[in-house]
Amino acid sequence: MFDLTEPILELVRLAATDLPPDVEKALQQALKREIPGSAAHGALETILKNVELARKNSTPICQDTGTPIFYVHHPPGWSTRALRQQIEKAVAEATQRSYLRPNSVDSLSGKNSGNNLGGNYFPTVHFEEIDGEALIIDVMLKGGGCENVGAQYSLPHNALGAGRDLEGVRKVTLDAVHQAQGKGCSPGILGVAIGGDRGSGYLASKEVLFRDMEEPNADPELAEMEERLTEEANQLGIGPMGFGGSSTVLGTKITHLNRLPASYFVSISYMCWAYRRRRMTWQDGKAEYR
Amino acid sequence: MRTINIPISDETIRSLDVGEPVALTGVMLTGRDAVHKWMVETFIKKTRPPQGDDLEVYNAIKPILNGSIIYHCGPVVAGLDTKQYRFVAAGPTTSIREEPYQGDVMHHFNLKGVIGKGGMGAKTLKACQETPGVYLHAIGGAASWIAQSVKRVLGVYKLEFGVPEAMWVIEVENFPVVVTMNARGESQHAVIEQQSRVILERLLANK
Repeated sequence: MFDLTEPILELVRLAATDLPPDVEKALQQALKREIPGSAAHGALETILKNVELARKNSTPICQDTGTPIFYVHHPPGWSTRALRQQIEKAVAEATQRSYLRPNSVDSLSGKNSGNNLGGNYFPTVHFEEIDGEALIIDVMLKGGGCENVGAQYSLPHNALGAGRDLEGVRKVTLDAVHQAQGKGCSPGILGVAIGGDRGSGYLASKEVLFRDMEEPNADPELAEMEERLTEEANQLGIGPMGFGGSSTVLGTKITHLNRLPASYFVSISYMCWAYRRRRMTWQDGKAEYR
Repeated sequence: MRTINIPISDETIRSLDVGEPVALTGVMLTGRDAVHKWMVETFIKKTRPPQGDDLEVYNAIKPILNGSIIYHCGPVVAGLDTKQYRFVAAGPTTSIREEPYQGDVMHHFNLKGVIGKGGMGAKTLKACQETPGVYLHAIGGAASWIAQSVKRVLGVYKLEFGVPEAMWVIEVENFPVVVTMNARGESQHAVIEQQSRVILERLLANK
């Protein structure tokens, strides 16, 4: 078995410092929708300059490098225990090199571990065995500002008049965007999970954010709802940073899970514009990144 | 764009309009969740007695904060081993978490400004009118860009709070912000919240 510490370190560096092209493109399109000279336009200009600078200098796009969340899809025969150790080593080294901010805090003592490690959930690593020869690692860095404005609704929701259907999903999602205002670093990307339980719903609402910005939902009804939600969220006029403007949300991704007869949860993960996610594919002894 | 030097006079503060971009030059202090809690509990409400170097730190930061600005920021800092500190990435953190503390902290230390993102609430807006002071919005996530305007790290207090939560004394030059809450009681955040609420209600009524 290979030691993947170095290739994983490169994956983390890329994620923290080099915004994926689909996200950058969406930000450029958002800039075109704002009025030149407006605060919204200025904010997006600064955001795009920052993206360029971070890439050039290999410095973090955002100082909040978030919780590093890994999804490892491995062929049979890999040791998940060894992989976890390599991921932890790479994360600690990335912190040492200032690609990541030390972000792991003991909730009782308040002490920061200093190296982004701590317990079984920091970093968060999910493993899944897959067919084939290639090992694939996805990583997402999600900061605290946007994580704090995530929301979970139990339907029916009387105050919002939201029932147990897609129309109800639309209502609570718009409410979440309104509640977030600019606090989640808009323009954001919405990950919406319908169903599941409180735990699996939130997890799925993050997993759906691995989809490409431009990839439409395979389900035509959900594809339509994704477009509608993005369009209506933008009608709210919250704009970049909450300065007002037409770009509140860059995109919406919806997924669904089976639920209990008694439960109908809608879980919404709000992703900030600094939508940092990267993939490494390891095959034939070498890594490819995208 | 207007350039404003720190410390800032009350006259300058009162002249600032909501929506106005300004560039800040001078010395300021970073402080976020742990710092605001520590300040209020130890020195303002005094529910916790000073411990360790608390009093020493308090006496050191008082003159820095007088007429200056607190920046809600948890930076990425290089040079931790050598103590040749350098800000690598330093965007704002969400300010609303300091809402319970901010007004008291502004009064106690004679703060003229608070930099963060996402805006703050009624209690802080009232403190802006009284001290007088302003809330200045930096561009969230633009951390590498903003770090360029941090010219020097002059020191650090309470590093045991962790790198993001410590108080970093920084010298900035043309630090870019937008005034979103001013000393006349105007808040861009309250306006946008209200306007978007009206639109939300219309969208919820639609099928």
